[in-house]
Order: sequence, then C-alpha cells, then structure tokens
Amino acid sequence: MLELKNIRWKLDSGEEILKDVSFTVPDGKLTVITGPNGGGKTSLAKIIAGLEKPTAGEILLDGKNITDWDITERAVNGIGYAFQQPVRFKGIRVRDLLELAAGETLTEGEMCSVLGEVGLCAQEYINRDVDASLSGGESKRIEIASVLARRNSKVLVFDEPEAGIDLWSFTGLIDAFEELKQKHGEALLIISHQERILDIADNIIVIADGKIRMQGDKDEILPQLLAGEKGNKCPLGKDKKGGMQ
Amino acid sequence: MNDTTFSLLSILSDDFNGTYNGAFNIRENSQCAGRRSTENIKIESKTDEPGLDIYIKPGTKGETVYIPACVTHGNVDDLVYNDFHVGEGADVVIVAGCGVHTDNDEEAKHNGIHRFFLAKGSHVLYKEKHIGTGNGTGAKKIDPVTDAYLEEDSVLEMDTVQISGVDSTFRKTSAKLGARAKLIIHERIMTDGDEKASTDFSVDLNGEDSGVDLISRSVAKGSSHQEYHSRISGNCRCTGHSECDAILVGNGTVNAAPELFAGNIDASLIHEAAIGKIAGEQIIKLRTLGLTQEKAEEKIIEGFLRG
Repeated sequence: MLELKNIRWKLDSGEEILKDVSFTVPDGKLTVITGPNGGGKTSLAKIIAGLEKPTAGEILLDGKNITDWDITERAVNGIGYAFQQPVRFKGIRVRDLLELAAGETLTEGEMCSVLGEVGLCAQEYINRDVDASLSGGESKRIEIASVLARRNSKVLVFDEPEAGIDLWSFTGLIDAFEELKQKHGEALLIISHQERILDIADNIIVIADGKIRMQGDKDEILPQLLAGEKGNKCPLGKDKKGGMQ
Repeated sequence: MNDTTFSLLSILSDDFNGTYNGAFNIRENSQCAGRRSTENIKIESKTDEPGLDIYIKPGTKGETVYIPACVTHGNVDDLVYNDFHVGEGADVVIVAGCGVHTDNDEEAKHNGIHRFFLAKGSHVLYKEKHIGTGNGTGAKKIDPVTDAYLEEDSVLEMDTVQISGVDSTFRKTSAKLGARAKLIIHERIMTDGDEKASTDFSVDLNGEDSGVDLISRSVAKGSSHQEYHSRISGNCRCTGHSECDAILVGNGTVNAAPELFAGNIDASLIHEAAIGKIAGEQIIKLRTLGLTQEKAEEKIIEGFLRG
C-alpha cells in the first residue's frame, strides 16, 4: 500500500505545483488519478517514483517512510513507473530493456507473454532498438511492458498509458490492467483521462490546481467528475457557431 | 606462438581455439607464427616488403580467413603490408585484429597497412578488433591504414572495434567505389585515461549508384581525446550517409569534423553528428528499473558501442 501524506512541491521559481495532497493507493485496487492538464498529476507520479523530491510531506510504502529514498532504492523495493514520454536509447534493444527490468535473462516465452500484454509480437520486436525507429505507439507500449516485466512490484504507476496507443491495442491494454489487478495484487495507480480506464477503476482521485478536488469510490466520483469545471469561453464569442458576428 | 599471443588471440576473436578453422596467418612480433592456406584462399608472403598477399578465388562462398597480428613486448615497431585480392563473385569473411602488449617502459607498436581489391560482385565482411594489454608504462600504439578499391556491384562491410588499452591510435581509411558498389563501415572506439584516438575516413563515390554508410560510435572517458574526420565525395549519382555519435564521460574530449563534397547534382549526401554526455533521462529510466547510477551508465555505454 502506498500512502501520500500532505505532499507539497514547489518549483525553484517558487510556484507551488502540489498543495497539500494526501491519498492512499491500496493493494489489489486500481486507483485512477484524473483532472485537467497542468493540475499536477505527472508531478505526483514523479514524486512517487523519486524523480522529484517533495518540499513537504511524507510518502509511505507499506507503512515505511520512503520520502528520502532515491529512484533506485524505490525501484528495488517495488515501485514501478511508466513514463508518459518514453525514453529512447541508442543500441539498447527491447530484449535488453525487458531483461534489465526483470533483473534476469528472459526466455522467449516470457518475452512473448509480457509483450503480448501490450499487444506486441515478441518475434518482431525483441531485437529492435528502443530508439526513434519505433513509432510513438510502439515505444509507449514497450515502456509499459518494461514496467510489467518488473519482478516483486508492490506499486505500479502508469502516466497516461493510453497516449499514442491506437484503439485496437487499447482494448488489450485495458485487459492487461484488469488482469494485473486480479492476479497480482499490486497497488495500481494510473494517471489517465480515458473514460474506459476510469471505468475499470476502483477509486478515482480528481486533481486540479495542485489540490485534490474529490476522491472516492468510482461509482460515487464518476457521475460528478466534471462538477466544478468551468468551460473556457472565448471572450470575443469566436467559439459560437458561425463565429463572431 | 608465445602465451601472450595466445591470450591476445583469444580476446581478438571468439573463433580462436588454439588455431582457426579455415585459412589463417598469425603474425607475432613481425614474424609468422602459423599459416594455413585452403583450396580457395591462398596466403603468400610478399617478397619486396613485409606482409602478405591473400588471394581469394572467384566464386568462393562462406569461407573465413583470419589475419591477426600481435606485438607481445616493448621495443617492437611492427610494420606490415597486407593485400587482399577478392575474386569476382566471392562472398567471404575476413577477420583481422591486432593486440599490442608491453610489460616494461618500451613502446609496442603495430602499423598494419591493408589494401582490399574487391572484384565485380564480390562481398566481404571485414571484422577487426584492436586491444592493448600489459602493465608496462611503454606506449601501446596501433596505426592502421586501410585502402579499399571496390569494383562494380561489390560490397565491403567493415566492422571495427577498439575498446581499451591502446594509448594512441591513428586510423586512416580510404575507399574508391565503382558503379553500384556499397561500403558499410561500423566503427566503435572507447578511450580512457590519457589515451588518444584519431580516425580519418575518405570515401570517393565514383560509380553511378554507389553508396556509403559510415557509422562511428565512440566513448571518451577519463582525460582521453578523440578526433574524427570524414570526407565523403559524391562525384556522380550516389548516396552517402555518415553518422558520428560520441558520448563524453568525465573529462573526455571529442572533436568531430565531418565533410561532404557533392560534385554532381544527383549526389545525395547526409551527415549526422551528436556529441554529449549520456542523456540524463536514459539514466533515470534505467534507475526506475532498479539499476544504480553506475550500472545504468555502464549498460547505456555497452549498448551504445554495440549498436
């Protein structure tokens, strides 16, 4: 179980991105964080994975304070993190990335199974470089696979996994998340705007302007998701049908 | 052959098992330490200068010839001229490589001057590894010169590696290509400490539809320094691509000077170059998979030099 207590995070410029955020990600449940762009969702994911250090507050993993742990220490102790923008390498193949993630050599069958979860055929991909020759959707799926390949994960964080993935593979991805939830019992945290991901959530947290606007059971939150959201209107009325008269 | 040669040969090629399968010539401190010709590949000593003529019969397929050279102690300045005559339609692998070793303060040096004459339609995969070993303070130097002449429809793939231990190297490669000939070069160099490596390519695309793909990957660690210069001359309808990527670690420095000459309106030439430290996001990604900073850097460099 992952707990965030009173997390605050400021940029060097003094701008406060996260303003006293507290929530829990329980084991075996899928928690989805959603909310408008620029609200602090990716910052939260980075703080959980250790890429950024909060200015105040605590992060607890199974009750243990991990706030001061670095990225490697958190990863070794079970925190997995799939980047929103996958990193590209020169000379590191899909096979290498998956084996580094698993911490051991993988059989072709094991690679088939992990790549299959993100809708890719191992034979076509394992010897390809994780570089710019992969399309946006392919590199995104390999990024997710690298997190699924981790052993002994306790918390898995996915930052907008749907971005860049085509409709056909998306169904497979939803299935993969559902399977993860049922079989493995990790605490799953997905940052997403996608209705179908919100649909399979157990809990939903809405973050806006660096604060939690609401959080709770999916059935309770989903119907009132857009409450409090004001539409952006053009002051000149150019957004009206037919444009400005 | 002596024990040092034995261990250098083991590093230079995985195919070495005390001897080689196929044709070979082992050069040890300017002397011949073993040779075998086959029906299709004849190795002969030159009479006018130190070195070999290697004749590969037209149509020879699937054979490998090994031409390694070792310098196993200081105070050796080895110079060798090897000419490879590859017959029409042959398709072979040539494994060269050089190991220099010194345990004292005297210099160990090897200069290999290789010329490749590829006849029409032939294909050669040339694999070369350079290594320096030994605890001596004497400089370990390797200065190879390669000149390649590719007749029409021939293909030369050069895969060259210098990973560690060579204090100073100056590598000079030139090639002239006929119609539809292709030259593919993959060079990988890693330097550390005070080592210096300089590499200079000059490729003349003289035949219609000839092409070159020149890829150099290098890592400069410690206080080492590398120089890269390439000149591709497109003198007709042709394609040329060069790519020079370098990673700096510590106080390593790299100077890259690519040059393209288009002497014909249908010459299509491209150069790409990137020099810098390891991208921070690559290290972070591998750390999120549980690797330490050091291990992440090691894996990134390992992949970079393999690719």
